Formats: sequence, C-alpha cells, structure tokens
Amino acid sequence: MGSLLRIAPLPFVAAPRAGRLVERNILVYRRIWLVLVSGFFEPLFYLLGIGFGIGSLVGTVPGLEGQALSYAAFVAPAMMASSAMNGAIYDSTFNVFFKLNYDKVYDAVLATPLGPADVAVGEVAWALMRGSLYAVGFLSVMIALGLVSSPWAVLALPAAMLVGFTFAALGMAATSFMRTVQDFDLIFLVTLPLFLFSGTFYPLSAYPPELQLAVQLTPLYHGVDLIRGLTTGALGPGLLVDAAYLAALGLVGLAIVSRRLEKLLLK
Amino acid sequence: MTSVPTGPIDPLIQARGLTKRFPAITAVDAIDFDVAPGESFGFLGPNGAGKTSTMRMIGCVSPITAGSLRVFGLDPTADGPRIRARLGVVPQSDTLDLELTVRENLVIYGRYFDLSRGEAGRRAGELLEFVQLAERSGDKVEPLSGGMRRRLTIARALINEPDLLLLDEPTTGLDPQARHLLWERLYRLKQRGVTLVLTTHYMDEAEQLCDRLVIMDKARIVAEGSPRELIERYATREVLELRFSEADREALGTGPGADPADRVASGDDRAAPGESRHDGRGDGRLDERFAGLAERVEALPDRILLYTADGEAAAVAVHERGLLPESVLVRRSSLEDVFLRLTGRTLVD
Repeated sequence: MGSLLRIAPLPFVAAPRAGRLVERNILVYRRIWLVLVSGFFEPLFYLLGIGFGIGSLVGTVPGLEGQALSYAAFVAPAMMASSAMNGAIYDSTFNVFFKLNYDKVYDAVLATPLGPADVAVGEVAWALMRGSLYAVGFLSVMIALGLVSSPWAVLALPAAMLVGFTFAALGMAATSFMRTVQDFDLIFLVTLPLFLFSGTFYPLSAYPPELQLAVQLTPLYHGVDLIRGLTTGALGPGLLVDAAYLAALGLVGLAIVSRRLEKLLLK
Repeated sequence: MTSVPTGPIDPLIQARGLTKRFPAITAVDAIDFDVAPGESFGFLGPNGAGKTSTMRMIGCVSPITAGSLRVFGLDPTADGPRIRARLGVVPQSDTLDLELTVRENLVIYGRYFDLSRGEAGRRAGELLEFVQLAERSGDKVEPLSGGMRRRLTIARALINEPDLLLLDEPTTGLDPQARHLLWERLYRLKQRGVTLVLTTHYMDEAEQLCDRLVIMDKARIVAEGSPRELIERYATREVLELRFSEADREALGTGPGADPADRVASGDDRAAPGESRHDGRGDGRLDERFAGLAERVEALPDRILLYTADGEAAAVAVHERGLLPESVLVRRSSLEDVFLRLTGRTLVD
C-alpha cells in the first residue's frame, strides 16, 4: 500500500483539467451515439442465450452463501461486470490508439495547459463512463427480468463503475505500449478468456485449487464476485477485498498511462 | 497583452546555451537568442537544422537537455502549464481534431484553456470570420483544403488570445493565394502587438514577416540580424545571373561534371587576370574569366552567379571580355543568397 500511495496522488492531484477530455468525447459521441449502443447488446445476448437457454438445463446453482440461485440470476451479474469491462476496453484501447498515433489529438492537447496526467485521467474517466452506461442499461434489464434479489443491488452500479475504471486504466496502459494495429489481437487474447473463465458461467469451486488461485488474480473475477455479491445479497468482507483489488490495479494502470504519455509525447 | 514597462524591456524569450540532445543526435547545440515583446522573430534553416526542436522547447512540450530557457520570465520545466496558457502554437503538421467540426475544434480548444463555453463560442465565431472559414463552421475537418486547415490551425492557436504565437513552417505546402492570405493575417496580428516566432525555409516569407531572424545550420546559429542586415553582411546588393551554352560551359570548366569544390571562387583574393584557357583547372579558368567583375563568383551546374554592387555594369564588363552568355539576369540579392551561402547548396533530407 505504501508504494501505491506514492503513485496514486500523481494522476489525481495533477489532473485538474481532465474533465475537458471527457467534454471532447461527449462532443464526438453526440453525433455517433448509435456506436455506443452496440456494446450493450453483447452481454444481453449472452444472458438470454446462456443464462436462460442453458439455464433451463442447469436449474439452480449454489449462491455465494449456499442458497439456491437460478442460473440466470447467477450469470446476470457476471454479464453486468463484463459489459462494464467491454465498454471501458473499447474506448481505452482502439480509440486511444488512433488518437495517440494517427489523429495526434493528444499532441494538440498538450500544447495547452493540460498535461499528460490530465489526458490519462480524462480518457480513463470517459472510458469508465462508457462502461457505466452499459452497466446501468444492464442493471435495468436485470431488474425487469426479476434477476435481482437484494436492495444492495443499488451498489452494483458504483461497483460496475469501479470495474470500468480498472479496465479503462489497464487497457489504456497496455495501449500505450502498442506499436501496430495487429497488436490488438493480444487484447482479445486477454479479454476473451477473462470473460469465459472469471467465474462468469460457473462458480470458482468448479476449478481445482491451484487454478482457483490463478483465477482469483484476474481483475474480472473480482468484478464478478463483487457485483454478484451485491445483486444476490451475499455480503461479506470479501467484497471489500474485491473493491480494493480493483481500485489498486486501476491506480497502477493510471500511473503507468501518465508516465507513458509523457515519454511518448513530450520528447 | 503584456504592459510595456518604462525601463529596458525584458525579453519574452531568453535562451542561453540552449541544448537538445536525443539519443542519436544533438538537435540543438548551445544556442543563445532573445525575443523581445511585440517582435516578429524567425528561425531559418535547412531541414534538420534544429528549428522544430527549438520551437518545441519554447512550447514546453520538449524538456531541455542543457542550458537555460525562460519564456515570459518563467522556467518551462517548472511552469509549463502557466507558460502554455499564454502561448498559441501552430505545429508543423496539423493536429486538428478530425472527429470534430471546424467550429467544435475551436470551442473545445478554448475549453482546454479554461474559457467558459459562452466565451469559447464567441471567440470561435470571431476567429472563423478572421480566417475566412465562417461558412465552413459546421463541416468536418477532413474535406478542408490544406490552406483551410492551416487557417483553422492558426485560428485555433488564437483562441486563448496568446501573447506569443509559435508558428512552425506555417505556409509549407500551401498555394500562393493561401500563403498571401496567411501572411496578411499574421501581419494583422503583429500590428495588434502579438509576438510572432516562426520557422520557415521560405526566404520570401522570412523577408515578409520577420523583423529579425537567426539562420540555423547543423544545430547551431550561424547568423543573426534583420533580413536587410543579413543581406548587406553576407551578400552584395545585386546578383548577375549568366547562362551559357553547353559548349561555353565546358570551356569554362563549370559543366555539370565539374567538381563542386572548384565552382566557388572569390574575386577578392585572386585578382590576377589571364587568358590561359587550357590549364585544365576549372576554378582557375572561372576566376580568370570573371576576375575583378564581382566580389564573389559562384558557378552552378546551369548558371554562373556574380555577386556585385552593380549588376548592369558587371554585365557590360562580361560582354567586353568577349563572353557571350545565352541569357543575362540582374536581380537584387535576397535572403535566399545569404541562406545558401551560409548553409551550402547540398541537399538535406
């Protein structure tokens, strides 16, 4: 935690104008809002196909506190976490890559009083907003379909924002190391297994112990665990660990982004 | 605007021993210069001379390696955001936001400078008028011509009403109409008291816009002064350009095959006239044929330049010596002559 406290203030204290970048992105997406909608449907289709379709064969699964849970109610919070991840990843990888390397958006921005930390925080904030937007939509669908069984589910929204933040920061950090468009294949190579294996479609207990440990190191696992705990009402100190882990990873990512931008653009 | 103090005016930019090193090269090698408020100051030089690196350091987007740099009396290392708040920057290649419209480009740029939305919108409207782009305000940037994009970039650089405008090759690649429109707009800014610092390799641009300039070559400053001073110091008042037929050029030893090192001869230090045409040494023959006619003689593959105070008189003298050029041109010497003399004619990529 000590080293975290040293790097964490950098992006936050040094980024008073980060909101301007968000404003810029809102201007852009005001015209192409349809692009935003697509990210909402993917997890919804998975919920319908697997949660309800496969779920009709599965029946119930044990919830986090041992209570019987319909399979759809088990899968839905995982899809919500995934949609937050996807929304954040879309923006912080492809879009950032083109703004950084082709459109030279950040070169223009850095000629103003804004600095690299403002750009880092601004872009991550926008990406997490996009992820949160999907989470709001998805949570509404879950409520409508009767897949929410606890009032704690209202906290699933900030939890999804946290997931968005973590993946936005990590995605942008990874993007800052990419040289060609082909490198983006690596992103899929990471996000697809995360989506499939992070306790999304079956509980962690399905894995042998040593694999369980590996899964517990992935950020999406903690996102799924956190949101599932809140929507099913299975609260415990483990949820705080989830949140802390996600926040820590996000801050590390943000610090990396800020330094990388400085190295790449302020030569 | 900066208020004018009563005492000696502090320079707006002051560089001492300013150096920029990259892992492979030294881009700027210990240069000194001052730019006064309200002045229009130019960096001239061939590609790779260090002009852009210098501009980026002034713009606080490139840390200095050594020496000192003060902009508005502030240190770019410590006060980058405060300095940039008062700068307008026109980079070498346009960095317009292709996802936004013409007008949005200006408004959001104003927001980066902490202008209120209303103020940014008001200034955007005025600036679009100023650069004659008002009717394109709702268009995307992509379909704009090069000249329009350049004008938009300049408008964008003015959104914060800067005290200092940095222009890196503002008119490169533009057609003459677009260049003249830009020059006229920049002149109007200068009249309003905006300090201009520009880089260019167009000599006419430097003569049009710069009160004072430095010529850079290989990371160093090789000359400094007003355009007129530089011409007086490094060139003559007039230049006589002579073109000879192929056969005559061969006889003079200045054909395209001649060694470039032999092509420049100075009339001052070798004044002996002679008629020996067949000594086989190009510079010798060149010297002898034009000795005493000009302060300096330069043979190019296609023509011979005589740097002299009186081009007409030199042309007459050339004829009197029995030399019959195919064409004769007398012109005033320009900054281009100074530039080529100081930085050489070798192509730099």
